[in-house]
Amino acid sequence: MTTNIVLAILITSLATFSSRFLGVITAEKIKENSKIFRWFNCLAYSTLAALISRIIIFPSGVLSEVDYLIRFIVIIASVLIFYLTKKNLVYPTIFSAIILALINSYIV
Amino acid sequence: MINSKYFFKGLGCVKSFDSPAIALGCCMAAIGALFKNIGFNLQESVFSTFLTYALPGSLAMAETMIIGGSLLNIFFAVWLVNSRLYPMTVSLMPLMMHDSQPKWKYYISCHFVAVSAWLIMQKNYRSISKENRIDYWMGVGTATWSIAIIATLIGFIAADYLNKDIMIGLAIVNPIYFMCMMIGSMKTFQINSSIILGFVLGPSFYFISPEWCILFGGFIAGTVAFFLGEKNDN
Repeated sequence: MTTNIVLAILITSLATFSSRFLGVITAEKIKENSKIFRWFNCLAYSTLAALISRIIIFPSGVLSEVDYLIRFIVIIASVLIFYLTKKNLVYPTIFSAIILALINSYIV
Repeated sequence: MINSKYFFKGLGCVKSFDSPAIALGCCMAAIGALFKNIGFNLQESVFSTFLTYALPGSLAMAETMIIGGSLLNIFFAVWLVNSRLYPMTVSLMPLMMHDSQPKWKYYISCHFVAVSAWLIMQKNYRSISKENRIDYWMGVGTATWSIAIIATLIGFIAADYLNKDIMIGLAIVNPIYFMCMMIGSMKTFQINSSIILGFVLGPSFYFISPEWCILFGGFIAGTVAFFLGEKNDN
């Protein structure tokens, strides 16, 4: 393995594991029916939602090459399918990948 | 040690048609292909998912490497994206902590805290007695982690056969899947407010600081939602 890549992987895992490990240490002092637990629960959902919307609205990598309008149409259609299929997760995710790849191949 | 009955019950959660296996697999296959494209070899790609197991963090590492960032740049880029794992861990572990269980289980299994496993656990923990939740969680985590590693391997091998359109298609799977999972978990006023405010404030803060937008947006959204929820309950 290349040393630089290995170091990058180790640094990445350290940056990731530190958040998880600090989370366990903090959690040891928190009761599940306390207010602070509910606050952390809100923070967990909100940061996750913030991350997802950032990926969708300001994507990086290959997704940034897809037009905004196409991205939004695919997202709205996928959410509609999610509701139409009684909140099944498989149909909208597979649909989104196929439809976006097709739009990109044949329309754009 | 580990109660095998609950461990395997957790492990089996990915067998159902509605499980995160397909979406998680697609996302990690895209990461595997990306790793190959930026010059990782097979061992490095698998090693990366094995140790990190957090898709946005892996993406941040790859992008920082592409633009020639230093190791310090990589650390901060990944830390900023993955710091969401801190509140996620704090909001999950108290649900599983039990005096009869050894602490090492919590210290090791926190590695499995990632969106898919976390949302599965949030959905299912009530059906498992508190004493056995950590063993169930280790099963859930092992299953999703294994899928991520295998999919990275498949993505790496298949990279030469995946054209750009397929890569774009795979890249949308991750946000769509997470978004649907989050919409599905909107059940209380406090959680609904957290998710809606997070969706709005995350990208809004991007205009102030692209690096810190997830942390700032998420923190303010979560705190406001918490107070709104508390007020609503009263």
